[in-house]
Formats: sequence, C-alpha cells, structure tokens
Amino acid sequence: MAKYTPPDQSRAMQWIDIIFVVAAIFLALWLPLQAGWAGVSRAIEKIENPTWELLGQTPVQVEQWVKLGFADAAAAHDIIQNKFDYTIDWLQLLIMTVVIVGYFVFLFRASDKEYREVIDEKFNGK
Amino acid sequence: MVQAAAASSAPVQKVSLLRVLGPAHVWALGVGIVLVGEYTGWNFAADKGGTLAALIICWVIGLLYTSVAMIDSEVTSTVAAAGGQYAQAKHIVGPLMAFNVALYLVFAYTMLEVSNAILIADTIKAYAGDGFGDWHYRGAIATVIVVLATLNYRGVLMTLNVNFVITAIAYLAIIVLFFSVQPWSQGAVLKLGEMVTPENALPYGWIGVIAGFHWGIWYYLGIEGTTQAAEEVRSPARSLPYGTMAGMITLLIGASLTWYICASLMPWQYLGFTYYPLLDAGKLTGSKTLETMMFIATILAAVASANGCINDAARAWFSLGRDRYLPTWFSAVHPKYRTPYRSILFLLPIALAFAFIANLGQAITFSILSGVLHYTFMSVNIIMFRNKWPLGTIRRGYTHPFHPLPAVVLFVLCVVTYFAIFLGYGAQLTAMVVFYIIMSVWFHFYRYRYVKRGDQFTMPWPKPRGY
Repeated sequence: MAKYTPPDQSRAMQWIDIIFVVAAIFLALWLPLQAGWAGVSRAIEKIENPTWELLGQTPVQVEQWVKLGFADAAAAHDIIQNKFDYTIDWLQLLIMTVVIVGYFVFLFRASDKEYREVIDEKFNGK
Repeated sequence: MVQAAAASSAPVQKVSLLRVLGPAHVWALGVGIVLVGEYTGWNFAADKGGTLAALIICWVIGLLYTSVAMIDSEVTSTVAAAGGQYAQAKHIVGPLMAFNVALYLVFAYTMLEVSNAILIADTIKAYAGDGFGDWHYRGAIATVIVVLATLNYRGVLMTLNVNFVITAIAYLAIIVLFFSVQPWSQGAVLKLGEMVTPENALPYGWIGVIAGFHWGIWYYLGIEGTTQAAEEVRSPARSLPYGTMAGMITLLIGASLTWYICASLMPWQYLGFTYYPLLDAGKLTGSKTLETMMFIATILAAVASANGCINDAARAWFSLGRDRYLPTWFSAVHPKYRTPYRSILFLLPIALAFAFIANLGQAITFSILSGVLHYTFMSVNIIMFRNKWPLGTIRRGYTHPFHPLPAVVLFVLCVVTYFAIFLGYGAQLTAMVVFYIIMSVWFHFYRYRYVKRGDQFTMPWPKPRGY
C-alpha cells in the first residue's frame, strides 16, 4: 500500500476545528442542564403535622437527627419523605438501548476499517 | 515553540515528557483521584437503594474496578504511552475508537475536577456561614482550579509529590476516624443495628440496589487514570501494575471502612442526602478534633482528586494533538517544565465554565457517564488484545489471570450500570451518546484525513493476527 500523505491544514481551519470541538463539548454538557434532563423522577410524599414516629424513626435514629441539627420532625420531613419512582419508561429504555448499541456498532466497524489501513501501511501489506 | 516528536513535519527541537515517576506516584495519581469518592458521592447510592444497597454496591462495583485494574495493568504495562487507554485503543481497536476514548477521558476527568472544585467551595461554605457570599463561593472554585492548573503546568513530579502527601493524609484520616469510633465495640459510638434495620435496609427492594449502581461507580471512579502516567514513569512494566493494584486494594479497604462508619452513625435518609458523609460522621462522634480533622481531610481529598484529574485530562488531550486527531498545536511540550502546557491551559476555562453552571450531582453524573462508556470499551479491548497478540507473541509487563472472566464480569456490570443510569438520568445518557456519535461522524468522515496512517502504530510488535 502506498504511504498516505495527509493534506496540510491551514491555521484558520485548525482554529475552526478547535472551535467546533469546544462548541460540541459545551453543547453536550450544557444542553442537558438547560433542558432539565439531568435529574431523576422523585416526589415528596407529604405527611401533615409530621412526628418522628410517623416518619418511621426510632429513638436512636432521632437522637442522630438532632445531633445533625434537625430539631424536630418537620425539619427532617422533606428529606425522609423524598421518594424515588422507579417505574420504567419502556419506550425511553428502548431508545436508549438502540442509541448505545448503534453507537458501539458504528464505532467498532468504522475503527476496524481505519485500523486495516494503518496495519497495511505500517507492515507494507506483508 | 516546541512540538512533541511526531507532531509536525517542520524541523523542530524534540522535547518529550520526563520519565521521573515511580510506583508511589502512580499510587498517588490513582488513589488521589478516587479517594474523594469516599468523602462524597458514594453515599448517594444509599439514597437510591438504602444503606445495605450501598454496601452491596461497594463490593460489586469493587469487582468491576478490580477487573478494570487487572485488564488495565496488562495492557498498559505493554502499551506504555501517554494517553493511557487512548494509546491502547489506537494500537488494538483503531483510530476512531481511540478518538472516542480520549474524549471519554477528557470528559470524565474534567467533570471530576469540576465536582471537586464545587465540593471544596460547598464544604467551606457550610462552615463559613452567612458571610461566605456568592462571590466568595465562586472565588473558591476559581482559586482551586487555577492554582492546581498552575501546579500541573510547572511539572509532573512536583504535582504528584503533592498528591502523594495530601492523599496519604486524607486516607489516614479515615483510618484515624475508624479507630476513634471503637469499631470493636458496637453501641459505644457506632449503632449499626439501630441505623440499619430489616425494615429500612433495602427500602426500594432490589430495583433500588440496581439503581444505586449509578452512584456506586463513584467509590472508585478514576483508578484507571494511573495509566496516563505511562510515558512519565521510569519503569512502566513494574510501576503501573504495582501502583494500580496497590491503589485498588487501598480503595477497597477505605470504601468498606467508610461505609461501616457512616452506616453506623446516621439514618439512611440522611446518609443519602448529605454531601459530606465522613465530615458528618466526624461531627456525630461529638469530638471537635475529629470533626476538624474530617473537614481538612475532605478538602485535601478533593484537592488531590482535582490535581490528578488536571494531569490526566491534559495528557489525553495532548495525545490527540500529537497524533493529529486534533490540531497539532495541542501537542506542544513546555521546553522548561516538560509538561503538555497548552492542553492544560486549554482545558482550564472549560472546567471553570462548568464549575459555575453545574451543581455537584450533575457534574458527577457527567463524569460517571463517560466512565461507563470507557469501561465498556475496556472489556472488549482486552479480548481483542489477546486475540490479535496471543500470549507469547509479544512481551507483556504483566499478564492478568482468569482471562476472559474479568472482561466478561466488566461487560456485564457495565450493562447493569447503563440500566441504573437509565433509572435516573436516561435522557442525559442518550444525549451524551448522541454527542459521541456526532463527534465520531466528524472524525471518521472529515478529521481523519489529516492523520498519518502507519505512523499511529508505534509499538514494536508483529502484525496482529487476522490482518
């Protein structure tokens, strides 16, 4: 295989590449924050006039809550009653699976194609 | 201007990274990055599934990372080049995978650095009171990131010497706390049986245990960063496996002690809520000395982690420039300090920007997502490595036992962790993978034209089997 000689890249195009990469990184990190995707489904199951007993705390546990600065059950209510909802959204799970599997399939196939060129040139097709 | 050896066709003075590090530095780099995970983050697994779930996850995820350490030790002791897993991917899977792996590394470490800076500012704020305003908070974040970037700029030996000292202090603080609470005498200070009861051990059942895998990663995330020092250690074949495995043992012990102390002192709802479980544990002992010690140790652990992350992210970015995957401008080595200074400076404003707009939980999640993608690659990578160069065909610094069991365990646990992330951050994970797809398409169909083909393969190995 003939040795591949890459084209020269102008300084301006190098800067454009850098700007593209930075913009993509910012978008990937900032967009989920902005769109509110970075979070989990959970809700506070409210108890009116909470007591430590209603919140399911034993006397020893209450002692630790107090040491941590929670003077009464009302102060700890939102922490104790903040419950997760693990109901599975099957459509979202399917989409996520397809995206991840598709990504890795493309990654390995395209990498292999590039790798064969590298090996061919490195070992001169021998 | 000085470029690294393979960076440019123009006549240049060749300056390489300095080989000055030993096994202790490798340990300091790996444990330094990870130890902060004992001080914050792991406990959110308790939030997801209860205190017992956090313990189950501690050991199961410990198995995942033991597999990572074993696999990494074999491949890196053989492919000893800056960029770590990036260099492995380049030689074993192909250029596009290497490009992606470098992005995983940069994302994981930069967001981990961001998390550490936020943690330091949050910890100081929690103790400073109302006088610590928004500008003080931002100032603390900026100071941490800029000072540590400057340290990294000035040289790797000093950077990792500092890491060794502060990591050792932060680790010793856990040991001191453990013995101070009389672990041999339940009921004196610790009250495990009262805090973890049959009723509250697994409040969400086994789905909560699986969901907790997401945060369980934080117990050990970053230990694989030891490989980034491959080009700067004096004896990669000896130092990298030794430093990485010693680091993993250190962390498994530290994580188990941390769980035992915290689970015995606070109700699971609080444990899953707090940002400072070990600091709170110090507070709950009633000893002002222990509380102050854990306050200082929390700060030191976060500083060590941020310091190691800057080191690792910069080397991954530097490697991309050196191989022309990105403009070669990034591949410059400082003529005096012998560090990848442009990469360090380039990543500095990105870290600062996200430290100001993200909160701790979000920054940690970004880091975890890239980490899991990375570990998925590693499980396939070792299989390909053994197939292309079977044992005996090339010299390996270390050969890990029980192959392919660690690879299979790693892959299965990665799949479980994807599902765990889906249970909380599915849309975010999908969005990040879409980003990697866009970057892959950009690289494969555009950027790769600027890459020299055969020059990427730098190891003195025979042709891989099957090619």
